[in-house]
This record gives sequence, structure tokens and C-alpha cells, in this order.
Amino acid sequence: MKRVVFRSKWLPYVLLAPQIAITLIFFFWPALRAIESSFFIEDAFGFAREFVAFENYARLFNDAGYLKSFRTTLVFGLGVTALAMSIALVLAVAANRVLQAALTYRTFIIWPYAVAPALAGVIWFFLMNPTLGIVAYWLDLAGYEWNHYQNGDQALLMVTIAAAWKQISYNFLFFLAGLQSIPKSMLEAAAIDRAGPWRRFWTITFPLLSPTTFFLLVINLVYAFFDTFSLIHATTQGGPADATSILVLRVYQTGFVGQDYGSSAAQSVILMGLVIALTVVQFRYVERRVNY
Amino acid sequence: MQTKTILAAALLGSTAITPALAQERAEVNFWHAMGGQLGERTDAFATEFNATQDACQVNSIYKGNYTETMTQAIAAFRAGEQPHIVQVFEVGTATMMSAADRGAVYPVHQLMEDQGIEFDEADYLPGVISYYSDTEGNLLSLPFNSSTPVMWVNLDLFEENGLEVPTTWDGVVEASRALKEAGVPAPFGMGWQSWTMIENFSAWHDLPIGTMQNGFAGLGTELTINNEHVVGHIERLAEMAEEGLFSYGGRRGDSRPQFVNGEAAMWINSSAYYGGFVADIQDFEFTQVQMPLDTSVADEPQNSIIGGATLWVLRGHEDDAEYACTAQFLDFLSGTEQQADWAQATGYVPITLAAAELMEERGFFEENPGTDVAITQLTLNEPTENSRGLRFGSFVQIRDVINEELEAVWSGDKTAQEALDAAVERGNDLLRRFEQSNS
Repeated sequence: MKRVVFRSKWLPYVLLAPQIAITLIFFFWPALRAIESSFFIEDAFGFAREFVAFENYARLFNDAGYLKSFRTTLVFGLGVTALAMSIALVLAVAANRVLQAALTYRTFIIWPYAVAPALAGVIWFFLMNPTLGIVAYWLDLAGYEWNHYQNGDQALLMVTIAAAWKQISYNFLFFLAGLQSIPKSMLEAAAIDRAGPWRRFWTITFPLLSPTTFFLLVINLVYAFFDTFSLIHATTQGGPADATSILVLRVYQTGFVGQDYGSSAAQSVILMGLVIALTVVQFRYVERRVNY
Repeated sequence: MQTKTILAAALLGSTAITPALAQERAEVNFWHAMGGQLGERTDAFATEFNATQDACQVNSIYKGNYTETMTQAIAAFRAGEQPHIVQVFEVGTATMMSAADRGAVYPVHQLMEDQGIEFDEADYLPGVISYYSDTEGNLLSLPFNSSTPVMWVNLDLFEENGLEVPTTWDGVVEASRALKEAGVPAPFGMGWQSWTMIENFSAWHDLPIGTMQNGFAGLGTELTINNEHVVGHIERLAEMAEEGLFSYGGRRGDSRPQFVNGEAAMWINSSAYYGGFVADIQDFEFTQVQMPLDTSVADEPQNSIIGGATLWVLRGHEDDAEYACTAQFLDFLSGTEQQADWAQATGYVPITLAAAELMEERGFFEENPGTDVAITQLTLNEPTENSRGLRFGSFVQIRDVINEELEAVWSGDKTAQEALDAAVERGNDLLRRFEQSNS
């Protein structure tokens, strides 16, 4: 590889400056403000603020509802990731073998990614509406009573499906690219050694896909933890009871609905810690242990 | 050459602007939360007002739903960019009140007095303004869209089965059983459960919702909704749900299709569904009746309380002419014609007695039976400390707590007593936090 050498000392900094400015203004500054606010209690209009040290955090960890949100977020995150990745993998393997009309087939699978998360949620919400929805009607015919307004598990299942459905396309693209980069010769050699398709998949394809898989694992978790806010906000709004109230939704409810900025900031800081932890895991462990 | 052209153009431009400057209108920004058809009607008020005079220019701006509008107004205030008028829903009242104490809000009665506009609280429906008045009866914000819960009834289902429309809760249970037997999937339904089944159930039976006059007397208030009567009522609903007489259809107005599709024969929710129902329901006759009475709690209904929103005036604008225009615009909105037209089209209640009379004169109530129920309910009796309304801090969040706890009852996870005890405990926690940050 050819190494680029800058003659001028300041040029690299100038070239980096816009990106650094954006990072500082839109990431570091708000993050610092959030950390600061999390130590205060403040009225909505900002007339007075009182320093309370760690009270906002202490309250959160004594709040059974907040702790339950952790569990809900975890169940939701793992559910979305498992569902979206497994279906995407099956589709990608299938698509990789399709010879005719492959492009059309792929286009249709990628399509849902263009749907905004809130819309994806609303579509599923409508399909499963206990009064109007077609899926609820089928379930009713099958003798299963569906009412996600009342049943928390059903509501959580519904938002999990909606969130996963949208993410399948993204995962599919990466899996397909990963599959296409696996050398044909290895698979052919295995086939000559009388390894069946199933065995070939688990001993050759799947291990070779592991970098993609781990990358997607982190991306999907982050997606489920954060980007699904609009989906849940547009559909269940955390209900029924608090069955679908994931952490990021609580930040919004506390800060924007409740105007309790201190607690909302404390929750953001906790979430920020979570993302940092996930990123560290990805860089330190995952990227190293994967065989390329 | 080019510079000269630009200079010339600038000069020309400035002379063109000068005459406009001479009669510049004072601008008033009005942020509201009325989307769709309601939004068009709201904007039309501003357009109409602007056409009546040439001193003021009201800019009517839609800012999203109630929560979003309020949050944006607060953020704007913190940045010194606040609108003159902002529409805030009734449960945001405590937050605005507390801002009023600190000088962020220009109380409406004072604004009218300062601007020399005749204004008398006695012209307004008592059940409407009591919600937004201070303890001395001074109006703090101008009611704009107000509704109250009523019971919507599918008359065809009652007629086909030879049933009378019930006026008591015992009657509702009985009628539901008969209708269920006749094949109606879930005869009873409701929406906005905290508002209709707890807040209004309490006011209707003259029960306190919280201590200290439902919070009107101070920030130290505590919820009392785990009393035997409310618990008894929620228990009754839970039993109805178990029997299949009531199917929970979600928060806010999410259960609307139950009534529109004829799956529910009785549906308790806002009177403001009127406009939409007229447009959407063709296959059956419907009407609104008063909320049922629990005869084991009270012999006579007290009065219902409102929902909806009011217009708050924010301080911090230098130019007094802008406040003069603000006062004129609010006066215009309370006008008899404006209020009567608005109420007839939407199902919201008219806020002045004169507007209600005008609707009567026009024969609106006679032609559309049931449309006067909301007004009757609100004016049934002089409001008491229990039925004047409520003023709790963080009440938007408390309503969510109540939603959550009630949903646990409907799904059978908690008993009514357990759920309401938990709602009171969690709600009081939020009230204490509000007290801490606002005192």
C-alpha cells in the first residue's frame, strides 16, 4: 500500500477540522451538558436549579419501573436481533443461489429498509389491530385472541416483529455481500470431499461469515436500543402497562412529556454508558477474535 | 457598475418598504396544537381577525400535538423566543401556573384589565373557567377548546333489542348483559380512561381526586384515587371485562373503532367526537347521553369536568402594542358568533353563556338531539372543590402511571385496589418531585 505523506503540518488538521467541529458541537457538547444536567433538579421554565449530586441516579435505581425497562430493553433488543439476523441469513443464503431474476428478488427484500421506522410500526399496528387488523382476524379464526392493547407480551411481540421486519433488509445486504466474498473453490473442494450442503454451510460458510455476523450483532443491538424509538412512540407508546417501555422511550417521556430534565439527563447518561460499553466490546474483543 | 446597480436596487427597495413601515402591524405569534380540520378552523380565526382591523397581525402556527407544542413553547421561552400565545392542554395547567408565579405568564384577567378590554368571568361557563382560575376566581388562561366526557350510545342496538338507554352504572351492566346475549361483541367501551373513569367519575360523584382541593390550594397535594368508591368502580369494570361486556381498546381515543363499527353499544369519551362521528357513522343512529351515575355513591350527579386546552399568554415581549393585539385577539375568540360556530362544527362546548344561547336560538340543539348534553353536564351544579377540576404537577406523567396501572387491571395482573394503591404511590412520588423543583 502506498503511504500518503503530508508535507505541510497544518494541512491534515485543516482537513480534519470540519469533522472534528461536528463531533464537538453535536456529540461532545450535548453529552457534557447532559452529564451536567443529570446532577440538578430544575423546573420546566428554567427559573431555578438545585444541585442534588447523585439523587437523580439514586432515584432511577430505586425505581422498579426503570429497572424493568432494562429488562424489557434487553428482551426486545435480543429478540429483534435474533429474529432480524436469522431471517436475513436464510434469505441471503437463498438469494445467493437464485440464478434467474436475482435482481428483482433482491430489490424486493431490500425494499422495507426504505420504510421509516415509525411507518413500519404503524403498518404492523394496523395489521394487528384487534378491531380492524387482518392478522388479528386470522388469529381470531384460528381461535387465538389477540389484543395488544391489553396483553403486554403480545404488544412486545408485535413491536419486536415490526422492528425486526424493517431491519431484515439491512442485514440481508451485508450477509449477501459476505456470502459472495466466500471463495467458490473452498465450497467445491468440500463438495468433492462428500460434504453435504448442510455440513458445508456450518463448517465453511458460517465461520467465514463471522466478521459480518459480529458486525451485524452490534449494529442490530444498537438499532434495537435506540433507533426503534419512533416505532414504539408511534404505536404502543410504551404500553400496555409498561410492557414496551424501552429505555430510550423513557428518556423522552421523562424529559419531553414530564419536563423533568434532571432525571431525563441521568437516563441519557446511563444510555451513553451502554453504547460506550457496546462499542468497546466490539473493538476490543469481537474484532480480534473473529477469524478472517 | 455592478455595485451601483445593487445600491440603486437597495435604495429602491427601501423606499418601497417605507410606506409599509408607516402602518406596520404589531405581530402576535400564536402557537397551537390543532391539526387537520380543527387546525384549518383555528387558522381561519386568525385570518378573520387580521381582516377586521389593520393594527395587528396574528400568525397562527401549528406546532404538533399538545405535548410537542407545550415542550416547544417552554424551550422557546428558555431561549427568549417565546410566542405571545400558546395553546396548552388542561393537564399542563399546573406547570403553567407555577411559571405564572415566577412571571413567565401574563394572566388573562390581568392582560384584559391592563389593555382596557371589558372582561367578566361571569360571562363564561362556570364549569369551564373554574378549571383555569386561581383560588380567588381570576381567570389565568383563556379556554379555547373544551369538551367533557359523555356516553355515546348506538340507538339502533338499543331499539332492536327493546332496551332503554341506562342512566346508572347498574343499568349499564344490565344493558350490557342483554346486549351481549343478543350478540353485541363487547357492549361497553371507553377511552381516555384516567380522564373519564377516574377524574370525571370522581367529580361526577363529588369525590376528591387529591388533597388540598384537588391541588388548587398548593403543591403539597396528594392523590386520593384509591378510595373505596373509585376502587369499587374499577372493580366493576374489571368484572365487566371478565364477563366479556367490556373490551379495553387502548389509550386516548384508540378504542373509537369499537363504537364506529358497532361492536360497542355504549362508549364513554369526549363530546368532541361529535364532528367526526357525524362524518363517519352512516349505518346507525347515535346520540350522546349523560355519564351514568353510581347510585351507591351519590344520589345526584354533581357536574363533570372538562378536557381540552386553553390559551396562555407569555410575558417577555417588549412592545406593548403586541400585548394590546393579543388582548384584542383573545377578545375576538371569545366572541359569541365565533364560539357558536366553533362549537357547532366540532362538538367542543361553547365557552360563553351567550354563545350557548345563540346556538339554542339557531335551533342547533333541537335539530341535533344530544349536542347539549356536554353543556348540561358542565353546568349541572355550582362546581365544588371536588368538581372544579384538578391541578397536579407532572400530571401528564401521572396520567401515564394511571394508564399503566389500569392496564394491569384489565389484563388481570392486579386487583383494582392494588393498582390504584400503586398509582397513588407512584403519582405522589411525581408530585413530590414537582414540588421540589417548583418551590
